[in-house]
Amino acid sequence: MTEPRIYGAETPSHPGRLFIVEGVDGSGKSTQLTLLAQWLRSEGYPVVFSEWNSSPIVKATTSRGKRRRLLTPLTFSLIHATDFSDRVEREIIPSLKAGAIVLADRYVYTAFARDVVRGVPPRWVRSLYRFAVVPTQAFYFRVPLEVALKRILSGRPKLKLYEAGMDLELHTDIQESYKLFQARILVEYERLVDEYGLSVMDATKPVEVQQKMLRRAIKPHLKGLRKGKYSYAEV
Amino acid sequence: MPKFESYGDGIPGLAPEDLTGWLIVIEGTDGVGRTTHVNLLRAHLERLGYAVAETGFTRSDLASRGIRRAKQGNTLGSNAFNLFYATDFADRLEHQIVPALRAGFVMLTDRYIYSLLARAIVRGADPEWIKQVYSFALKPDAVYYLRIGVEELVPRVLLNGGFDYWESGMDLPMGADLYESFMNYQSRVIAELDRVAREYEFDTIDATRQVDDVADYLSKNVAELLERSGRSGETRLLGDLGD
Repeated sequence: MTEPRIYGAETPSHPGRLFIVEGVDGSGKSTQLTLLAQWLRSEGYPVVFSEWNSSPIVKATTSRGKRRRLLTPLTFSLIHATDFSDRVEREIIPSLKAGAIVLADRYVYTAFARDVVRGVPPRWVRSLYRFAVVPTQAFYFRVPLEVALKRILSGRPKLKLYEAGMDLELHTDIQESYKLFQARILVEYERLVDEYGLSVMDATKPVEVQQKMLRRAIKPHLKGLRKGKYSYAEV
Repeated sequence: MPKFESYGDGIPGLAPEDLTGWLIVIEGTDGVGRTTHVNLLRAHLERLGYAVAETGFTRSDLASRGIRRAKQGNTLGSNAFNLFYATDFADRLEHQIVPALRAGFVMLTDRYIYSLLARAIVRGADPEWIKQVYSFALKPDAVYYLRIGVEELVPRVLLNGGFDYWESGMDLPMGADLYESFMNYQSRVIAELDRVAREYEFDTIDATRQVDDVADYLSKNVAELLERSGRSGETRLLGDLGD
């Protein structure tokens, strides 16, 4: 069992656990993480959720950059690292120190995949995130491109410019651009599976089957974790 | 061979051979007189006929507001602040510095990555890591380091409105009050800048000298540098008229 530690730096490990899910849009990873959180809470574990791109102060700048199309591959990468760093310092590490289970929807691998597709040097972006805590276990929800695209595009979503990779000028049509962009991200994710030992989940299986496998995978890591009693009646 | 190169892998999508201008950096700690000298130098170079542009910290279109907001409440993690500054720098590099260099301007920058490195290292960042983060930066033509000791710095700061919260490192456990914290923090920043100055071989100038002396030195030195590495003179419109 690996306890979370910091990439690259020698730091003491923390008593909590960190589980993260990765995958392209439409892989179903967020659904799986939500179900996992509900189960862990019902078992009495303290659970903290951490979402990609959610630090309150930094988010305003990211939104401004996207709205006004100010972001380049370099600043896109740096502003997301800033956001992530804030969450590591103020959310993830304190929660792990307190012995909580931290669940993260997307993690550094999202940046490694997206930023490299945008032309940022792979070596540079990996070292940029050296402050990140290494997860207890990282799950990659593998799904064929066509399945993911069908899940996302059949809902006729209003795709955003950077989300569709329009800044890469792969295609003038936003939907076509999105498809090409996602295809490239998928290739990068596959590279990361080996490089970082991500646990691959078959995201074409029924939701409940995947959830069962996810819980089974996580269970051995829960030994020795403190459970809290949250019933007000007992206070 | 391109005139400019980065410390590391470079800026994604940039062709450095398009950059023909000059990148001149004025470094130094808070309150040492950088702004004064940037203004004087700019006026001098423009008199010689060079097109001059300038930039300085937190002046990016992208991140300046966010940084200002984050400073007001001290509501951002310390490492996140380091990366926010890096974002601001990258935005200015790509949207201010690179276009100016492409247009053949002299880009005067009021501090560069070196102050940002010192600031981050004093706040506990791993020096190797933060250097790697900034490795996309272009190597300047010259760096002039206005050096001052913390004792000489104090009267200047008092004359200019007193101690600033961030310039005194009050976000760090550095001292009981602004004065104590300022002395500790600035001593460390200056020590770090001194170290960086040796590492990157800055031209170090004693900033306790008279303003005119320092300005003369900078004017002469930069003008010589531009002359030495000059091109066919397409930016030297006025100078060629023999003023």
